[in-house]
Amino acid sequence: MLAKRIIPCLDIKDGRTVKGVNFENLRDAGDPVELSKIYTDEGADELVFLDITATHEKRKTLVALVERIAATINIPFTVGGGISTVEDVYALLQSGADKISLNSAAVRNPKLISDIAEKFGSQCLVLAIDAKQTTNWKVYLNGGRLETELVLFEWAKEGEQRGAGEILFTSMNHDGTKNGFANEALQQLSETVNIPVIASGGAGTMEHFYNTFTYGKADAALAASIFHFKEIGINNLKNYLHQKGITVRL
Amino acid sequence: MKLVVINYGAGNTQSVKFAFQRLGITPVLSDSREEILSADKIIFPGVGHAKAAMEVLREKGLHVLIPQLKQPVLGICLGMQLMCKFSEEGNVDCLGIFNESVKLFEPKLKVPHIGWNKTDGNDDWYYFVHSYYVPQNEFTTLSCNYITQFSAAIQKENFSAVQFHPEKSGQAGEDFLKKFIEA
Repeated sequence: MLAKRIIPCLDIKDGRTVKGVNFENLRDAGDPVELSKIYTDEGADELVFLDITATHEKRKTLVALVERIAATINIPFTVGGGISTVEDVYALLQSGADKISLNSAAVRNPKLISDIAEKFGSQCLVLAIDAKQTTNWKVYLNGGRLETELVLFEWAKEGEQRGAGEILFTSMNHDGTKNGFANEALQQLSETVNIPVIASGGAGTMEHFYNTFTYGKADAALAASIFHFKEIGINNLKNYLHQKGITVRL
Repeated sequence: MKLVVINYGAGNTQSVKFAFQRLGITPVLSDSREEILSADKIIFPGVGHAKAAMEVLREKGLHVLIPQLKQPVLGICLGMQLMCKFSEEGNVDCLGIFNESVKLFEPKLKVPHIGWNKTDGNDDWYYFVHSYYVPQNEFTTLSCNYITQFSAAIQKENFSAVQFHPEKSGQAGEDFLKKFIEA
C-alpha cells in the first residue's frame, strides 16, 4: 500500500538555510546539504527546498546547491521559488532535482504548466498554491502578498488538466498557527483533483498529521519549523502514525 | 568494472550517476556505441515522456543497439517501459525486448502513482513515480499493487528493469543497485 509521505521544507536564501534550526551534531546550521542529510537519515520521505533569494544573479547559486544536495541524499526532492521559465526548470532538473514547484509564475502564465509537463513530464511538476479563506478560498501570489480572483479548487483543477503532477496547498489561515492543517479544504481539494495533494501550513502536533491523512485525505504533509526546532522528530512522528494505523515508510 | 549510464537526455541521469558515486563507483555517461559496447554493465535510465524519449533513441541509433546488448542491462522507470514493445504514452513503438504493451493506469486512485510502496512479499520500500505501467507477465520478478497488479521488476536473459527509482529509494535502493553491480 502506498505510504503517506512526511516532507520537511527548507527555506533557502543565497544558498543557505534561513529558518533557525535546532540540531545537535550539526556543524553548520545554515548548510542545507548537511541539514538534508540529517532529515534523510531521520526518515523524511522527500524534501522541499524553497528558494527565497531575491535577485536573479544570486539565484545561480541555487543550481550549484541543488547539485550538491543531489549528490548527497538518496531520497527525492523538490525545488521551488521564483521559477518562471522552462529554462529554469531544465537547469534544476539537470542538476539533479526530481521535481520543481511552480507558484506565482503559473498563475501569471498558466501555459507554463503545460509547457513544462510536455517537455519534462507531469511527474516533475508540483503546483504550489497559497490560499486564504474569506468567504471562499482565494489564491494569493508573491508569498501571500497579492490577492487574485482565482479560487483554490478551480485553479487546482486547471493545474491538473494542464499537466501538474501534484498539488502543494498551503493554507495562509493555518500557516504558522500550529493549530492543525486546513483539513476541510484539503478534503475538498482531494475530491476535486485526481493527483496527489500535499498538505501544508498549521502542523503543530503529531495528531495534526494523523488528522490530515485521515480527515483531510492528504497524500503527504509538509512542515518546516516543527522539524527545524525539533519539536517533533520525524522518526517519532512516523512511529506514531504507524501505531495509529497509517501506512508510512519505516 | 566499467559501468555505463546511457545518456540520452533522460531526466534522472544525474541522479543515477550520483547514486553510484555514493556506492564508490563512477559511471561513464555516454550515448556512444563504442563506449556502451565496451561496458561491463549498463544502466538505461529514464524519466519523461515515452514518445519523446523514443525519438531521441532513434536519432542516436540507440533503438537498434540496446536490444542487441549482451551485457547485464538495468532499465529504470521509463527505461523499463521503453524496453517493452509498445507504450500508450504517445502510442509509440518501443524497443521490444519484452513483448508487452505499457498501459495508462485507470484513474480509480490518484494518478500518477507517486511515493513509497512495497512490492508483493517484500518489506523494502521503493520510490515510485509513474502514470503508465508494465502489466504482470511471465518475466515479472517483483509485482506491486496500485490500482492493478503491475510489474515492479522484470527480467529476461541479460535484461532486467525496475519501475521504481532505486537511485531515490533510500537504503533499500542503494542495496538494490549494489546487488546489480556485484551480481
